[in-house]
Amino acid sequence: MKNKKQNGDKKGIVVSFYKAFKSFGTTLPIMLGIILIFGLFRTFVSKEMLLSVFTGDTFQSTVMGALIGSISTGNPVTSYIIGGELIKEDVSLIAITSFIVAWVTVGIIQFPAEAGILGRRFAFARNILSFILSILVSIATVKTLMVIQ
Amino acid sequence: MKDKMDTRNTEKKRKENKHGGAYFLGLVLLLYLVLFFFEPEKIQESLKISGNVFIQIAPWLFLIIFLMGIINYFVKPKTVLKYVGKGSGIKGWFLAISAGILSHGPIYAWYPLLRDLRNQGMKSGLVAVFLYNRSIKIPLLPFMAYYFGRSFVVTLICFIIIASIVQGQIIQSIENE
Repeated sequence: MKNKKQNGDKKGIVVSFYKAFKSFGTTLPIMLGIILIFGLFRTFVSKEMLLSVFTGDTFQSTVMGALIGSISTGNPVTSYIIGGELIKEDVSLIAITSFIVAWVTVGIIQFPAEAGILGRRFAFARNILSFILSILVSIATVKTLMVIQ
Repeated sequence: MKDKMDTRNTEKKRKENKHGGAYFLGLVLLLYLVLFFFEPEKIQESLKISGNVFIQIAPWLFLIIFLMGIINYFVKPKTVLKYVGKGSGIKGWFLAISAGILSHGPIYAWYPLLRDLRNQGMKSGLVAVFLYNRSIKIPLLPFMAYYFGRSFVVTLICFIIIASIVQGQIIQSIENE
């Protein structure tokens, strides 16, 4: 009786891990594709190219910041470093914040993976909302800071 | 009869999705091939960067497969429903926010696990909340504070959590339509 239960448990574990491997395996080509696009992005888009976008007024810079943050990917520290340099260039803090928030919340490069795995409707709604929210969060953060300080 | 047709359609959709990933990878490889003729050095550099990224994330991929296996075995759909399903209430939101903040590794490595959990009953709104809160990276907060100051970091985190809840509610209402 006990042996039967143990065999069932073992079988259950094997089936659970088989399912996990299978589920993950179907997403592997998408992930490899995303990693390869990331390689292209890092080689073809320089930091100078990203910095050159923040030239207009606050509103324009904020929208552009969110847009550039959305198509950028990689370690968030890179966005902090670029943000730090933008502060030195007197770019508005709202624009910089929208850039660093969009960098981590919107994923244009990861979009094919998100849409393929979690559904097109979900991925589309989530990324559009994240884009809008990156602008709203940046305005709210900077305005609150102005009140606090 | 209708059930059979639904099953057939779902299977067809699944097969299309399965091939979708391969087509996508094929397109990216084609792009590499085309660009190789114009910028061979940059393409070699891109491959090197991608290879390094893959080596860096490989341990995360194994960890997530392991987590998926463990969740498949121990966590039953009833448990998922209880903690992050329709009746989970505030507990579900709190769990999604905390898990999002504490989770590490690349975002796309979490997609398969989230898909499995959603198939077991996790609310789409909470999937969105989890993904949004991944933008709060605890180990990187000192870097952010160095560049922008501590009060900036604290204020930003508060608004990110609020924004995640707003996004989760909107996505949930869209999915309920």
